[in-house]
Amino acid sequence: MKTVEEIKAAIEAAVPGAGVEIVPNPSVSGQHSLRLEPSHAVAVATFLRDGLAFDYLSNATGVDWPDKEIAEKVKVTRTVTKTVDGVEQAAEETIEEIRKRVEPGCLEAVYHLYSVALKEGPLTVRMRTANRTDQVELPSLTPIWRSAEFQEREIFDLFGIVFTGHPDLRRLLMWDEFKDHPMRRDYVEPDDFEYEPTAHDQVLARAAAHRAAQAAPDSGQEGTGAGQ
Amino acid sequence: MIESGIETGMAGEKKPEGWNRPPVIVPDGEGDLLEVAMGPHHPSTHGVFRMDVALDGERVIRLKPVFGYLHRNHEKIAEGISYLGSMPFTDRLDYMCPLTNNWAYALAVEKLVGQAVPERAEYLRVILGELTRFQNHAGSIGFLTQEMGASGTPLMYAFREREKILDLFEWLTGARMMCNYMRFGGCRVDATADWLEATRKVVAGLPGFVDEFEQLLRGNEILMARTQGVGILRRELAINAGVTGPMLRASGVDYDIRKVDGYGIYNRFNFRVPLGDHGDVYDRFMIRLLEMRESLKILEQALKEIPGGPVMDPKAKIRGFRPKPGEAYGRIESPKGELGFYLISDGSPNPYRYRVRPPSLINLTILEDMVLGQNVADVVVIFGSVDIVLGEVDR
Repeated sequence: MKTVEEIKAAIEAAVPGAGVEIVPNPSVSGQHSLRLEPSHAVAVATFLRDGLAFDYLSNATGVDWPDKEIAEKVKVTRTVTKTVDGVEQAAEETIEEIRKRVEPGCLEAVYHLYSVALKEGPLTVRMRTANRTDQVELPSLTPIWRSAEFQEREIFDLFGIVFTGHPDLRRLLMWDEFKDHPMRRDYVEPDDFEYEPTAHDQVLARAAAHRAAQAAPDSGQEGTGAGQ
Repeated sequence: MIESGIETGMAGEKKPEGWNRPPVIVPDGEGDLLEVAMGPHHPSTHGVFRMDVALDGERVIRLKPVFGYLHRNHEKIAEGISYLGSMPFTDRLDYMCPLTNNWAYALAVEKLVGQAVPERAEYLRVILGELTRFQNHAGSIGFLTQEMGASGTPLMYAFREREKILDLFEWLTGARMMCNYMRFGGCRVDATADWLEATRKVVAGLPGFVDEFEQLLRGNEILMARTQGVGILRRELAINAGVTGPMLRASGVDYDIRKVDGYGIYNRFNFRVPLGDHGDVYDRFMIRLLEMRESLKILEQALKEIPGGPVMDPKAKIRGFRPKPGEAYGRIESPKGELGFYLISDGSPNPYRYRVRPPSLINLTILEDMVLGQNVADVVVIFGSVDIVLGEVDR
């Protein structure tokens, strides 16, 4: 089995400007992965199948990386006026300030490739969307590996990644009228349990609260709460 | 509330054109088509599964599988509980083979944290894994014959033997089907000498059952007529569509993860990988029968060589189990095909991402390709030859 560095070099030789990036895996499994540029992903995937004999796509799945708020401590020096012995003086003072920045999140599709011909693998390949809300397209790899067909439908269903070029992109596990994507980290469960009443006090209390809110005349609210 | 039947999904979400098209296409001009919804309550769908079939006379011209009737979002549940807490849930995936599910999950976590497994536990895993494979294949052949009209007899023959194996499981793990037996770094309890002796006795009786089963079925004219040349799957398509397990080997691809990865201690045993020639239903039936014989070979060797010692690595961490950040993909050859677990850890006690690669779901990708042009009566047989369990398909 070639190392990811060798595979990266082979891809860059075959697909100019592919923009492949190695994502190191700190765990002891040592399964490092390659991050593909979505615009070149189909060309790279075709090369992986035909040029490097990764003829079998085993696993395709999604990962949700929500927006992350990172708080950093920054040392700031500023000039303040102090009164020392009744005389006002300008003095420099260093204080620590906490600055918050938001690292934008994304949705990620992860593929595990094996070679049946050479009996080696796995090669982990991943792609990221631009954000989690409106730019969630990724190129579909179903035309290259048929085994991605149902798995990409499942990712579309549960994570909301839209695979362009997929022959039949419909929800797989949830029903077609369902809104929202349950595997996202910020998914809120609906509080309406009319489909499956559960004999747990906590659940019944939430369902009762939901019904009370619906019965209230000025609520005027519709929907199951799943879209929140 | 739903505004209309067409507008679905999140607001502002982009969809490719035609993504919500109805699953069945309307008449092609040659005559009226009949649309049949096979399932979700159909005796041959092995659970709640629906196939929307379009028929031209008796010929199938379109088949769209509909999933999700047993969906409980196993992966989401696993993200909310500890690593070990998911172990009993894996039993419920493919409930015919709980022990191989346990094994696949334990293997993936052991890969993630670099956990070693003691010798005796490895042997116990192989013994239980092969017993599981044996009873799954016997049951799947039994169900296949039932779908061809042999109502009950071969299935009861298979279940008679399966019951002996489940008794062994119950003795060792406390449960017939929901075993919850493996742990990260070994197995939960040790097998007694009595249990090993009883297993040897059961295994010694199984070759006779395989002979009887084979004689009963292989010479049967109806079984030949219903299976040979039906539901052919080409080798190239099988690889490209990610088909694994006996289905793949029936299409003539020499790919058995026990040989390829040699996970556990499989490279110590002497066994062969049976391969099919035509990739039809008959080949899949025969591959399962031959694999049962190979499993018995492995069982005999493992039961002879099993060493003493602990069944749990004494250094294995059970409380406060927090893998370092990273990810791992581990897979085994389950009776249905490649069962894989993909885990991402962020250093917390719960997995950040927990993914099951379900062989039953992915083997159904090519169901439509296999049944197109066949008779509607063969749909049931071809579907039965895939050997799925809905608990794993829908998760």
